[in-house]
Amino acid sequence: MQVHLLLEMAAEAAPDRVIIGSRDGGMTMGGLLDASRRAAAWMASRPGKTVTYVGLNGPSFAVAIFGASMAGRPFTPLNYRLPDASLRKLLERSAPTTTICDAELMARLSGIEGVELISAEAFAQAYTAEGEPPVLDDADEDVAIILFTSGTTSEPKAAILRHGNLTSYVLSTIEFLGADEGDAALVSVPPYHIAGISAVLTSVYSGRRMVQLPGFTPEAWAGSVAAEAVTHAMVVPTMLGRVLDVLDKTGQGLPGLRALSYGGGRMPVAVVERAMDLLPHVDFVNAYGLTETSSTISILDPQSHRDARTHADPAVRRRLSSVGRPLPSLELEIRDEAGHQVGAGVVGEVWVRGEQISGEYASGKAVRDDGWFATKDAGWLDEEGFLFVEGRLDDVIVRGGENISPSEVEDVLRRHTGVLDVAVLGLPDDEWGERIVAAVVCDPPIPTEDLRALVLANLRSSRVPEQFFFYPSLPYNDTGKLLRRDLKSQILGDPETTATTQKLALNAG
Amino acid sequence: MSGEPMKLAAGTKLASAVCNAQGIIIRPPSEQGVITCGGEPVTAPGAGAGATQLTDAAEAPALIGKRYVDEATGLEVLCTKGGKGAFAFEGRPLTLKEAKPLPASD
Repeated sequence: MQVHLLLEMAAEAAPDRVIIGSRDGGMTMGGLLDASRRAAAWMASRPGKTVTYVGLNGPSFAVAIFGASMAGRPFTPLNYRLPDASLRKLLERSAPTTTICDAELMARLSGIEGVELISAEAFAQAYTAEGEPPVLDDADEDVAIILFTSGTTSEPKAAILRHGNLTSYVLSTIEFLGADEGDAALVSVPPYHIAGISAVLTSVYSGRRMVQLPGFTPEAWAGSVAAEAVTHAMVVPTMLGRVLDVLDKTGQGLPGLRALSYGGGRMPVAVVERAMDLLPHVDFVNAYGLTETSSTISILDPQSHRDARTHADPAVRRRLSSVGRPLPSLELEIRDEAGHQVGAGVVGEVWVRGEQISGEYASGKAVRDDGWFATKDAGWLDEEGFLFVEGRLDDVIVRGGENISPSEVEDVLRRHTGVLDVAVLGLPDDEWGERIVAAVVCDPPIPTEDLRALVLANLRSSRVPEQFFFYPSLPYNDTGKLLRRDLKSQILGDPETTATTQKLALNAG
Repeated sequence: MSGEPMKLAAGTKLASAVCNAQGIIIRPPSEQGVITCGGEPVTAPGAGAGATQLTDAAEAPALIGKRYVDEATGLEVLCTKGGKGAFAFEGRPLTLKEAKPLPASD
């Protein structure tokens, strides 16, 4: 089943329902279908094997997704914020391709072999002209979307999502036209993020109007929620804290907002608690997923949020920092290094299996023959099956043979009211293999003894950072992922870091 | 009606011969057989289908967006266009698959 069938069904059943934009004058489901069909006719006549998209969120993004599906062209949204050299490199890897890009980017991206540029304006013209899409064979196995991973540790990888992966995710999680007529979702994640793709597919299938925010600022976000009668929204961690700051300042309560989901990175519990207190009428959902899993694979639902916020049992309260339970449509296991399943409470690697799991890259498949995919995320399940994700396996600190997850130390440090942000990582150490250091953003300044005492009061002494670095901010990418590698370089270049560590790091390469 | 039975694979699209209902196979059956809608074998969409000979709606007519299953063989059909007829496999009426929608997460 191809992704455009989702739109064809929705347009068949609710042709006049507004699906993109303002309630008055927005694009209807029927209008989106017509535009997508014309876009497909145009795409099928263009050179290249794929369609690439370098631009902001807008109606054209949704038209391009469905149009490419109808035209049988894999669709690749790219990060328009990348430096020119990186963006050109990704285009080279996507060639031969037709690239839809914002007019001001055209000069910077011209002259790449096999890359045919067309401005976003010309594309919008093309899908208002008449045209019939090509008739294609149906194929679940065809590639629907190619997304480059953020590449914070190495060259970006081209993750491949097939039609069957994406449609099975939508069918197993969304009720067809299940949204109320008055529902509207604010989409602020960029097009090149998996959540940006899944937002389009799930909104269309559920019949929920999308309001697209081209560029995120917390003021614009809060303004759109109020002005466009937004009922649902999804944010990445860095967005939520900034939105809350704005709401604090303006006293705005967002009375129309009913549901707020968050994901795309680890959300500090303190921010969730603050959000729940500030917006008590809102249903919160924590969603965990990867690009390679076609978005969400585990959900902490609104009721679990409320239970965890007030419960007497610390094991239940702790679930506020979990990602809830795996979707019923897939299997999830925690396994040790040898690949054996481990019991509740034991940290291992998160493995997952199901139809929505692609686990495939342009360079080859990463799923095993039996369908299981190793996420490279560290995590554990509690007695009742709540999943706690501790971050990337690569980030786990191995100190004297003991595995220490940065997040457990970070969570404790965040409890200090003066700590605004924190990251814990391992630096090379000739005695322990790695030693623990913490980068802290705080206001007002905090004596390191206080931070050390805080960790010691809550965790084993082996978890106490040996050194604290104080910075005005920590490095994040634009979708809220902490750039641990950049932070490590920053710390290694810090005069406070011992010469021994620097030498070891150099030797480690 | 053509004599050749349809090959039932994931992604195969179906159209009722006697009403407007259409569907797509989400999960193929463990053994091949004949899918009917409104009592007549389904055809490929566009193959003379879409006729509305059926005058009385079935007790549980095919509803757009609903998934129908045959427990015995695992066949699962998503109804992509509603009609008066109901889907059946080898004479067994397909049953509605109750889907538990999840809270919106994207």
